[in-house]
Amino acid sequence: MTNTNDILAPGIIGRRRAAALPEQPPQLWKSVKRKKAYDIVIVGGGGHGLATAYYLAKNHGLTNIAVVEKGWLAGGNTARNTTIIRSNYLWDESASIYEHSLKLWETLEEDLGYEMFFSQRGVLTLAHSVSDVRSKKRNLYANALNGIDSEWLTPEEVKKLVPIINISEDVRYPVHGATYQPRGGIAKHDWVAWGYAKAASDLGVDIIQGTEVTGFDIRNNKVQGVHTSQGTIAAGKVGMVAAGHSSVLANLAGFPVPIQSRPLQALVSPLLEQVLNTVVMSGAVHVYVSQAHKGELVMGAGTDAFNSYAQRGGFHVIEHQLAAALELFPIFSRAQVLRTWGGIVDVCPDASPIIGLTPVENLFINAGWGTGGFKATPGSGWVMAHTIANGAPHELNKPFALDRFVTGHLIDEHGAAGVAH
Amino acid sequence: MLYIPCPHCGLRNETEFHYGAEAGVAYPDPNALADSDWAKYLHIRANPKGWLAERWVHFAGCGRWFNLWRNTVTHEIGPAYLPFTEQPKSPGNIGQEGQKV
Repeated sequence: MTNTNDILAPGIIGRRRAAALPEQPPQLWKSVKRKKAYDIVIVGGGGHGLATAYYLAKNHGLTNIAVVEKGWLAGGNTARNTTIIRSNYLWDESASIYEHSLKLWETLEEDLGYEMFFSQRGVLTLAHSVSDVRSKKRNLYANALNGIDSEWLTPEEVKKLVPIINISEDVRYPVHGATYQPRGGIAKHDWVAWGYAKAASDLGVDIIQGTEVTGFDIRNNKVQGVHTSQGTIAAGKVGMVAAGHSSVLANLAGFPVPIQSRPLQALVSPLLEQVLNTVVMSGAVHVYVSQAHKGELVMGAGTDAFNSYAQRGGFHVIEHQLAAALELFPIFSRAQVLRTWGGIVDVCPDASPIIGLTPVENLFINAGWGTGGFKATPGSGWVMAHTIANGAPHELNKPFALDRFVTGHLIDEHGAAGVAH
Repeated sequence: MLYIPCPHCGLRNETEFHYGAEAGVAYPDPNALADSDWAKYLHIRANPKGWLAERWVHFAGCGRWFNLWRNTVTHEIGPAYLPFTEQPKSPGNIGQEGQKV
């Protein structure tokens, strides 16, 4: 749903937008007593895990499901990303799954009966050099072939859309043009998680927080349940949807995954007048910025260079990102950084996710979304639910199997996506 | 910002280095391998929650590669050592979920 309130008129101030947020009901999902056994246990109560549980219940009629979360609901990457939604990926496989996801986003609020502030305010991806222009145009033509809305904007057209942007040639990274996906946008991430949690809970899914999975009960190469910090839970099938901790879980289940866990940081400014009514991304200079509904500027930085599970990154990464952002948006020099934070992203060698079967029977994996998983939340849950319900992948996630690293059918989105995934 | 002890140049800022992931992965004979083993060599690197022996190159200094023990949870730095030399003992348990690291 396009929320017309989110087509931002200049001069509307943050406070009024904040006041427009509806009241939350006292309880969105049921507090349940954990059962000893479930048909399906989903490990990881973030957006993707909750969406998986919801679509298992809704699309496949399976409701004897527990979502087991070691911390609190959606306290990991779901709460830490910059909420950008788009589907203009280069390769057919990626374009298909992300476009499926974007189509789901477009009706998600009606489907779940829950406001998520999904706002199709458009996503601009800047090109800063001749080779950048070539690769972005290649991406654009690939999108056209896949029926994905995407257009080329000249620097002047970019300036018209984003009046605060600096299109001077006399900067380190001049704007040579941009691709624009009008159907792209943002949503309110917490609300997305709460919406899925509420809808899943209403359909009978148990959401169990504060319960860490410490091992798998695997007999005859078949998963029988999970060991947790609160005792063992028997399960017919288990789905691992644990983002940054996927390697840890896969090791517990006895198979390796080609994933490296890295910190990825983001930051927000205090609430400001509306100055930016679209999403601006630049892979080349590691800037991606939007202005959220209340008026804060939300910016993503790059990943730290090294493996980490610390959910924090180096400040030099933030400095590097802000230096580039200030050159693009000189007006930001007067804004302050309110808060920075980090999440742990699970990066695959080809920057594409792994969704499908594992070497262990009835154990399924959904991981490796790296720096760009939020946009895929609905589509990821949809195909993961299909995979678990049928014991075989959906047409859309077949190419994203774990064995592509053996067959060599990689889906290399590094060039197209860069860090600003 | 990590401070990383280059064995040749001493303690320097992290921004002088590039990362090289897990240390000590030997180059296998590609002709003697099954596809799955080759895939493992190409794509699988240790990603523990805890102490990891990893490679770094001091590109803005001596330009040389070396290995380093570092904790991926606390970011503590352990001993650095040169490739093809004896690996110092891990400063702590190789971390696994649920273990103290």
